[in-house]
Amino acid sequence: MSSIPMIQQTAGKAAARAAAKKAGSGKPPQRRRRAPGGTMRRPGFLTYGFLGAVLLGSLFPLWWSFLVGSHDSTVLSRGVPLLPGGNFLANAAQVLDSIPFWKALANSLIVSTVTAFAVVLFSTLAGFAFAKLRFKGSRWLLVFVIATMAVPTQLGVVPLFIVMAKLGWTGSLWAVIIPGLVTAFGVFWMTQYLKDALPDELIEAVRVDGASMIRAFWHVGLPAARPAAAMLALFTFVATWTNFFWPFIVLDPSNPTLPVALQLLQAAHFVDYSVVLAGAVLSTIPLLVVFIVAGRQLVSGIMQGAVKG
Amino acid sequence: MAVTDRVRQRAPENPPDSKSVKRIALSHKVSRWDVKFSPYLYISPFFLLFAVTGLFPLGYTAWVSLHNWNLIGGQGDFSGLENYAFVLSQPFFWNALGNTFSIFVLSSVPQIILAITIAAVLDANLRAKTFWRMGVLVPFVVAPVAVGLIFNNLFADQFGLINEGLTALGLDPVRWHSDSTVSHVAIATMVNFRWVGYNALIFLAAMQAIPRDVYEAATIDGAGRLRQFFSVTVPMLRPTVIFVVITSTIGGLQIFDEARVFDQYGLGGADRQWQTLTMYIWELGWGQRNFGRASAVAWLLFLLIVLIALLNFFITRRIANQGGRK
Repeated sequence: MSSIPMIQQTAGKAAARAAAKKAGSGKPPQRRRRAPGGTMRRPGFLTYGFLGAVLLGSLFPLWWSFLVGSHDSTVLSRGVPLLPGGNFLANAAQVLDSIPFWKALANSLIVSTVTAFAVVLFSTLAGFAFAKLRFKGSRWLLVFVIATMAVPTQLGVVPLFIVMAKLGWTGSLWAVIIPGLVTAFGVFWMTQYLKDALPDELIEAVRVDGASMIRAFWHVGLPAARPAAAMLALFTFVATWTNFFWPFIVLDPSNPTLPVALQLLQAAHFVDYSVVLAGAVLSTIPLLVVFIVAGRQLVSGIMQGAVKG
Repeated sequence: MAVTDRVRQRAPENPPDSKSVKRIALSHKVSRWDVKFSPYLYISPFFLLFAVTGLFPLGYTAWVSLHNWNLIGGQGDFSGLENYAFVLSQPFFWNALGNTFSIFVLSSVPQIILAITIAAVLDANLRAKTFWRMGVLVPFVVAPVAVGLIFNNLFADQFGLINEGLTALGLDPVRWHSDSTVSHVAIATMVNFRWVGYNALIFLAAMQAIPRDVYEAATIDGAGRLRQFFSVTVPMLRPTVIFVVITSTIGGLQIFDEARVFDQYGLGGADRQWQTLTMYIWELGWGQRNFGRASAVAWLLFLLIVLIALLNFFITRRIANQGGRK
């Protein structure tokens, strides 16, 4: 793995930069937020060593998957591989042959995008009402929403399947999309955010100007909600993309999402683990790309949720 | 908006004829309805969809569990508690219940300890903060099924990397796929891999919300960093720990994905060594096509989760009250 030298390099560079800054100003800056140790001092290499090990642990399984996926299926019986082999494309081709990979990819994209969009829309609407509008029963309805966050709705699979079968939707993407359209978490999240982020005066101002409620929502509520909405969209997208249990039950092998297709790959190639792991790598790449682009938002979303929740 | 502005500007010039008065009265009425009913309109998509796709199926599970109900034949005769009696007499049910709890404990306890440790390290005055925070979150975007397939290979009984490592250290290889408890360790490792970083970020956020003067006071009192961690950080994190425990209980007791792909047959091993309750629901419902029995297990698991959540709630409230009295 090449990450450790890279980290050391960047840490070194940053250290050099900080050192130069310190030398220039002559004195470390005062009045900054203090570290828990009560000092401003930078942690030692032990801290970075520990974090490096954690990072290695979180990346290693993916690296291993690529390593094995780039050899043929006898590689592990010949000892532990240290370098990637040249077989990845051949294995990838076999993955494409044995499961409807592109279809699964398109399905995952459709399901995750539609679900994320719907959850954000409905959650922002409800959140706007709960946070900013006065109506009878709002307190109890919000308590109800919070209570339902803890309800394991996944356990309703049997009747859900019966209903989908009655409607003739088993095997279609609708069966996966419809139950995901709303989440109690989303409503709670948007309510909490809009409470602080949207001043009441702003709504009153546009109302006095004669705007209807829906216009107030559209022109004031939605723009104020944008940062939280982006995070909610990101979360819902990842959660829907990685979801397995219900799609596995209701979708056909000919029309799967990516996790369902991966399970099919395992069933078809359980001896040929290099093909299976090549498939695991291929299926992870799209979300890794999303993570590289938006991982920063994901991190701050989790941390904000923790403080507010 | 522009339209109403124009109306208001013009109003003082013209004497109010009866037509415009009517129009204003109507618009007032519309506006009052707007204020009164809009909130209900905005929250209704959530409540309607949640009732139809979330609550109704859950409630209907209880109804199905009281009938002979087949995947192919559909609803049969009312059978009372027969399905429950059958399921509770099955050794596989109790086995799955035990496995679920075992995997849950093995995944949640080390997970929380590891997550708090990592969070404490991330809370230091690091360079490239965002880089490290993102780094620990990478496993979160790997689907549980992919995690399961990868770790299934790492934990392979033959030629698995972990067994190779144990052999290199002069230890005996472990039969991850045949012994019950060690298979739980392997599956719990997958869960931990995916969630430790996520929970570490939650704890990190909670740590940063602790007022810094508490630490200053502790430093003045002569407490070292380790002492501060155990006497200040950990007690202040208690609400967050409870939050994480509750959410991971609800998710952890429904574990399916990782255990499902731990072998290619998906039933939890030859002797169901790692079959969880959710896997058992799947086996009854879609393997044996008996929806009545599957529903009985689903309903039992639901009651179990509610029971544990309530227990958690009351313990939490008790702790909170004690804190308040002090």
